[in-house]
Amino acid sequence: MDIFLQQIINGLVQGSIYAMVALGYTMVYGIMGLINFAHGEVVMIGTLVAITVVTFLLKLGLPVWLAGGLGIVAATAACMLLGWSLERVAYRPLRNAPRLTPLITAIGMSIVLQNLAMMIWGRNYMTFPPLVEKTQFEVGGAAFTSVQIMIVLVSAISMGGLLFLVYRTKLGMAMRATAQNPSVAGLMGVNANRVISSAFVIGSALGAVAGVMVGTYYEIAHYQMGFMLGLKAFTAAVLGGIGNLAGAMAGGVLLGLIEALGAGYIGDLTGGFLGSHYQDIFAFVVLIFVLMFRPSGLFGEKTGDRA
Amino acid sequence: MNEPLLIVEGLRVTYGGIQAVRGITFHINPGEMVALIGANGAGKTSTLRALSRMLDAAGGSIRYQGKEINKLPPHHLVREGIALVPEGRGVFPRLTITENLSMGAFTRNDKAVIESDLEHVFGLFPRLKEREKQLAGTLSGGEQQMLAIGRALMSRPKLLLLDEPSMGLAPIMVQKIFEVIRTVASEGMTILLIEQNAKLALETSQRGYVMESGEITLTDDAAALLHNPKVREAYLGE
Repeated sequence: MDIFLQQIINGLVQGSIYAMVALGYTMVYGIMGLINFAHGEVVMIGTLVAITVVTFLLKLGLPVWLAGGLGIVAATAACMLLGWSLERVAYRPLRNAPRLTPLITAIGMSIVLQNLAMMIWGRNYMTFPPLVEKTQFEVGGAAFTSVQIMIVLVSAISMGGLLFLVYRTKLGMAMRATAQNPSVAGLMGVNANRVISSAFVIGSALGAVAGVMVGTYYEIAHYQMGFMLGLKAFTAAVLGGIGNLAGAMAGGVLLGLIEALGAGYIGDLTGGFLGSHYQDIFAFVVLIFVLMFRPSGLFGEKTGDRA
Repeated sequence: MNEPLLIVEGLRVTYGGIQAVRGITFHINPGEMVALIGANGAGKTSTLRALSRMLDAAGGSIRYQGKEINKLPPHHLVREGIALVPEGRGVFPRLTITENLSMGAFTRNDKAVIESDLEHVFGLFPRLKEREKQLAGTLSGGEQQMLAIGRALMSRPKLLLLDEPSMGLAPIMVQKIFEVIRTVASEGMTILLIEQNAKLALETSQRGYVMESGEITLTDDAAALLHNPKVREAYLGE
């Protein structure tokens, strides 16, 4: 029983991170039908920028809370700028190209960003300075830390903010209108370029926050960390129904839970043949099953009314 | 006579390699309702797409209030006072009725006036008021047409472009829609009406242009066109 509760907690934490990253995929897809495979790399760069800034500020003798806060701000600003530039430089010129072209470009950008990060930060694993004092709590035989609470809280607040933006503001309404009918939204006076840029910038900001959370959680970072994280988050977005915000959130949390429970029980299920380091297979098993049996995802709309 | 609000000269539009519009010239005076009629494929919608800047004109000029709007990005048109009710209505299916109407007022910031315009539109279309929180995708075709017209009015246009407002609607609904179009016109709105239903269009408008394979072949007062034997034969089924 305590392993169950423990894995539920771990799954929620990991799932919150997936959800934050999945939102970046789903927002861009919802508005322009593009899967921005470079999004995982945006998250990675957020983590690495945070490491550099926080480490530097700590060396200057700034208190942890200030260095950490400034680190998050710097990472968010860097990622927003990066997301904006990606769209401007790589995707906008291909706006009217066949669908496969921007997809391949996205994979290309992902490789470019990884290599760029390797040149700047090197190939070695870097330690993420602790931002939150790690206190351990225990409930019903399951342990969790202040870092985990922080991650779930920050994700919930960020996602609440996003929902407010999309459903209660004029920009959000313009984004939804553009997603549903870009040419008519243009007739209403909506500048499609601005809406698309906003989707990239907002998604990247969420990605940056996720990047800092990943760093704080695992205390380690690397120029290739965005690849697997991006793939998992993409899976989460597909699981929830890509293009759907609530779907990305639910898909992220669900994927985190599936993975954690899978990792917790895989040893017992296979009689010790497979260990918990096989946890990655669950995400991809989920992806395969969703694509086979429910390609529109759990919350996905029928594709018919996308016109 | 006042300066025309819109002057189109020698407009050419190519669409998928075909010359859909072959150098047409027409104008619309302020406060006037003008019908552009013609068979399917005559180039009416291509003309409207060029006017609303959804398509680039291949040649000619479009002057609105004395200003060339041929190169304006589409999202600037509504700020100039041109609103289009697109063919097939183009409502935002997963936005509520109120949100759809608010999108019509997207470029405006005068909150209080927007509020009263919203009431005005709900006055024209009481059915929309009853369903204000409903998603537009759940409405019937006629209701969506009402919504599309209401949405266009929410931008306070000086020129209203209507693309086939009767298309795909039950006769009773067509009557209702055209009643509202007449009301809007009587309030002084300048309207360009594109219609396949030539009789209805000419009965509603003051002047008309007849389009045939990308060219304007006939123009006159709407009443005269209604009695023109050529029009009667080709478009009124007599």
